[in-house]
Amino acid sequence: MANRAKWTPYLLLLPSAVYLAVFFAAPMAQAFGLAFQDTDNNWSLDSWRIMFSDASFNEALRTTLVLIVVIIPIQFVLAMSMALVVNAKLKFSGLWLYIYAIPLGISELAAGIIWYAVFTQQGWLNSFLQGLGVVERPFIFLSYENQGWLIFAIVLAEAWRATSIVMVILVAGLQGIPRDYLEAADVFGASSWQKVTRVILPLLRPSLQVALILRIILAFQAFAVIIAIAGQALTVLPAEAYRWYQDYRDPHVAAAYASLILFLSIASTILVLWLVPTREEQLG
Amino acid sequence: MRNANPARETGDDFRSLRQARGRRHTLGRAGLYLLATVMALWVLAPIYLITITAFSPRDVVREYPKQVIPREFSVESMDFFVNSTGVLGSLWNSVLVALITLVLSTIIGAPAGYALARFAFKGRDPYRLVILSTRAFPIVILSIPLAVTFLTWGIYDSIYAVALMHTALAMPFTVLITSSIFVSVPHDLEEAALTLGCTPLQAFLRVVMPLALPGLAAASIFTFVLSWNEVFAAVILTLQERTLPAHVLGVLTSSPPHFRFAAAWFMLAPSLIFIFLIRRYLLGLWGRISR
Amino acid sequence: MANIELRGITKIFDKKVRAVNDVSLTIADQEFMVLLGPSGCGKTTLMRMIAGLEYPEAGRIVIGGGDVTDLPPRKRNISMVFQSYAVFPHLTVFDNIAFGLKMNKTGKAEIVRRTEEAAELVQLSPYLERYSAQLSGGQRQRVAVARAIVMEPAVLLMDEPLSNLDALLRLNFRAELKRLVAELKTTTIYVTHDQVEAMSLGDRIAVMRDGKIVQCGTPMEVYERPATEFIGGFIGSPPMNFLKVRLERVDGELRAMLGSHGLPAPAMLADHADRDLLLGIRAENIEATPVDGVASQDGLVSKTLVVELLGAQMLVTGEIDGQGIKVLVRADAPIKPGVDLLLHPELDKLRWFDAESRNEIVVS
Repeated sequence: MANRAKWTPYLLLLPSAVYLAVFFAAPMAQAFGLAFQDTDNNWSLDSWRIMFSDASFNEALRTTLVLIVVIIPIQFVLAMSMALVVNAKLKFSGLWLYIYAIPLGISELAAGIIWYAVFTQQGWLNSFLQGLGVVERPFIFLSYENQGWLIFAIVLAEAWRATSIVMVILVAGLQGIPRDYLEAADVFGASSWQKVTRVILPLLRPSLQVALILRIILAFQAFAVIIAIAGQALTVLPAEAYRWYQDYRDPHVAAAYASLILFLSIASTILVLWLVPTREEQLG
Repeated sequence: MRNANPARETGDDFRSLRQARGRRHTLGRAGLYLLATVMALWVLAPIYLITITAFSPRDVVREYPKQVIPREFSVESMDFFVNSTGVLGSLWNSVLVALITLVLSTIIGAPAGYALARFAFKGRDPYRLVILSTRAFPIVILSIPLAVTFLTWGIYDSIYAVALMHTALAMPFTVLITSSIFVSVPHDLEEAALTLGCTPLQAFLRVVMPLALPGLAAASIFTFVLSWNEVFAAVILTLQERTLPAHVLGVLTSSPPHFRFAAAWFMLAPSLIFIFLIRRYLLGLWGRISR
Repeated sequence: MANIELRGITKIFDKKVRAVNDVSLTIADQEFMVLLGPSGCGKTTLMRMIAGLEYPEAGRIVIGGGDVTDLPPRKRNISMVFQSYAVFPHLTVFDNIAFGLKMNKTGKAEIVRRTEEAAELVQLSPYLERYSAQLSGGQRQRVAVARAIVMEPAVLLMDEPLSNLDALLRLNFRAELKRLVAELKTTTIYVTHDQVEAMSLGDRIAVMRDGKIVQCGTPMEVYERPATEFIGGFIGSPPMNFLKVRLERVDGELRAMLGSHGLPAPAMLADHADRDLLLGIRAENIEATPVDGVASQDGLVSKTLVVELLGAQMLVTGEIDGQGIKVLVRADAPIKPGVDLLLHPELDKLRWFDAESRNEIVVS
């Protein structure tokens, strides 16, 4: 009995470990294999050369990075505001949380189409602008010539859809902050703004770090939202991986794109851990 | 604290200071409500707009400028969408894939979650870390090699290919979520059942399961939504046997606006319902797994 | 009905912490044995091993003549009351109490009969249809007890069952528990860190410290003859006084000297002459009178520091030659802080302890 109990946890873990080995670790290794081999399974850097010299590569990389740099700060300010509102013990606090969390369940593709409906030539934005007399005839936001507007529309769609995740993580983090600290700050006469910057934000650091890593990794994978809004007018790294696999039937170059995305994800995770250390890491 | 020692000691100065503070407080509250409402509108407005668009007749969808107040309710666009070639099939595929994913990831992930929650054993923390770190790996990098593998296995372009891939994505979440759910069921209860004549399995089924069930249901819905929404792996792994998002994405650029809007609403609606069902668990599900 | 034998039980956590260290103990049939000790002494671990919730690294556990060391809890004929009560929140009071009977496949009619009986015994009859969330702490406690006794186990195990109740409830329930267990005549092991509970409930008390049983005896034995300084300090409120004294021969007689004052010491301590000893004496075994100018040979003089009224009695904290001492006197005794007291300990209540090992030196 005593001996059997010792093995129980390992038996329980076994299926998940095997599954992850087969469907997570193995494909990961295989992805590198594909990226660094040619069609005859010889080691080569051909796929990478093709990828780097591809006409769309620079644009895809640039758009991906621009989107991340613009979206993430907006999301965090918005998510922080939502989290503070949820935590402020307003009436119907459950309702506010639910409303802000709704986009959690909305797919990238659906969100993309919804914002396409707003920005399209005969869409809601033009209807409003014309109603207000700002424009005389519908403005074409979503065209190859208006890269700025394309990016803007995607930024709004992503800020709309993916802020919820950050918000929920921050609310959970906020609820972990003992009320005593805030009351202590009250006693010492801190203003609301001081409470946020001096007490809440430092204590929220671990949650912020997690949310930041999660958001950046997910942002590198943004794909359907871009296709839904911009179609062929704008491209990002995952869209190129998809194109090379589906349209050009070349899993090697597609794997090179995938590997690049993985590399960028890991690099930015390390960057976040370095830029936003939590308390223990600062001490250690 | 604020009510201690009223005006008597500090006199009128203190009272007026308190009143000023009270006024500022009320003002601050009003501002908070305003901010809360504006942000709620920001979330809700696009959903409202897509809903009235999806339920307008075709010619109203094309109309410009658009009206914020719907004039006519119609299922014409919805009807067109649902009856377009491939939609019903892909819808059925989506449901099947999500269900298989849900069952697989629960069967495989929940025991691991239970082990992490209940046993202190060597390798527990490293395993937890491995599970956590799977989040750092993009779907993109798994999909392409898996497509190659599934081709050789002969299950490429089938719902099983997508379900296996979705399970790989969902299972780490299932492990972490179920682990936190089992942790929240006091171990004492299980031990009490053991002393009252239960085998470990009976104790689990009769005491732990009933108490963990609401949480497990929420976790299942979460998994379902994850699979229902996933599109990149689905388009890579299938050609004909598409899931709904994969099908919509595939035909998107060649589809008329009312098809797109009806599709968006159709994909959105179940998610809204599911999020509503698990609203009490939102913080638990997302908050806990991010520790 | 069963006796229990623990033979050389050892439990090691994380490969190094000896939570229970080579413990042997025999508990008679129908005996009420209390395991008493500070937190972390291993008492709960020892009980959990008897229950089968933990397995010892070494040693055997024998219940009613059968070796149960390797058996799971369900095959040991024990029931347990948990500190947290562990009342199943998804079941009614009735189903909680009947849970074990159902698991044993008892007949329906008998389940109802025995469950209602047990509920009656702990005065829960009006609450059978309620859920745990609708019960007070005290009622949950009763559910836990009823659920354990309804099984008519050979051994009843209770892990700090009163520690989560408030003070008044604890007092009432303690008496009730004592009556109940006396009626049932079940062999009972009771874990607590509360020495008052231990004294009031136990037929015998096993005092534990650092994974070992340091003394086992009736409450009176343990109270009157603590085997070590630790036990004397742990049991009783206030704890036993310990004074560092020096044993000297004065005019051919052994005396325990404390500064310029001294007390006669038994002749059996002759071996310890000219050495330091610890003198133990309970606060209620000291007679105290204000010093009225007359210097006395026998007795100690203490300077009163604090006086606390406890109701029926008064607790005086004083100082003798830099060492603290507590004395219980009548509530109306004319004692104020600053007053010098002459203390006359009852000589047959003096306990002597080795200054190094802190163990008692038995002199009678």
